[in-house]
Amino acid sequence: MDTQSYLPVQPGVGMEENFLSLDDILLSHERLPTRTECAFPRLGFLEKSSDTQDIPEGTKMELPLWLSKGLYEKKRRVLSVELPKVYREGWRTVFTADPNVVDLHKMGPYYYGLGSQMLHFDSPENPEIAQALLQTFIGRFRRIMDSSQNAYNEDTSALVERLDGLEKALFRSGQSGLNGFQSWEKGEASTLTASSLVLNYRKRKITDVQP
Amino acid sequence: LSNSDLIPSIKLRHCCLLRNQRCLVAYLYDRLLRIRALRWEYGSVLPPNIRFHMCSEELQWFSQYKKSLASFMRSLGAGEGLDITQDMKPPKSLYIQVRCLKDHGELEIDDGTVILLKKNSQHFLPRWKCEQLIRQGVLEHVVS
Repeated sequence: MDTQSYLPVQPGVGMEENFLSLDDILLSHERLPTRTECAFPRLGFLEKSSDTQDIPEGTKMELPLWLSKGLYEKKRRVLSVELPKVYREGWRTVFTADPNVVDLHKMGPYYYGLGSQMLHFDSPENPEIAQALLQTFIGRFRRIMDSSQNAYNEDTSALVERLDGLEKALFRSGQSGLNGFQSWEKGEASTLTASSLVLNYRKRKITDVQP
Repeated sequence: LSNSDLIPSIKLRHCCLLRNQRCLVAYLYDRLLRIRALRWEYGSVLPPNIRFHMCSEELQWFSQYKKSLASFMRSLGAGEGLDITQDMKPPKSLYIQVRCLKDHGELEIDDGTVILLKKNSQHFLPRWKCEQLIRQGVLEHVVS
């Protein structure tokens, strides 16, 4: 296995985001259907569809998660956030029926991450949402683990294309372990290798910056 | 329009400022993590094409990290020192067969002989002399 010196900040676990995690920053960029519960004076320019100076109460807007989290307050005076379709009862029933059938990449790609973040918005369905996330994961995990440990030296795109981000990371981890073990079995583990960081930097030549 | 009416808008703007700050800090921090990794995977002297892309604060940081690492390594082994950036994989032999992937000029080994590292030439060399050059992609470890 290639020794790993570059250790990027991992995404947060559960409802917590990691401030410095690039994955969490990408996750919090996802848009959510929201409704303003108060007026936002002088910010009319953000609402492209109408031409007012202020954003009135009751406007429906798609806001990114980071802004929704930042504005949301428990007493709901500011913003109310709607549950995206995939976390609502209809889809939840589909997931409990057969979690392995669903294409979580299309439903996400951050199905678990965004689902966990939705719990911040005090929906009455929170316990059901949390349960659905957990049960879906449990239902799918076995297959992911098995396939990542058995797909050696083959094209895994079919196995991976319907996985969400978290599941893809798990799959990669399993593959890395499998490849490391196989390489050790073949006696290749002691072969010194070029650093993958260095090889990547090599591929990018310096382009001429402004004179 | 009273001041308290403006609060939601002020809050929104503040969220945007915090978001920008988060993105910038995460970006700069990720750069530092990569720069730190370079000390381990490339060596203590960075090639000019990488230095070109680093700002002066990052160069300074690298230099201080290098110093911290060096003084730590010197303190190991009851004051004798130990280079922990070597032998990242358990060594199997003292000498290894290597092939040169690009012209790298001359290399002097401990007994004084000078080896010419010309592209595609193969050599049988002490492992500790080659490790860094292999990591840098200059040499390739050949296993028969």
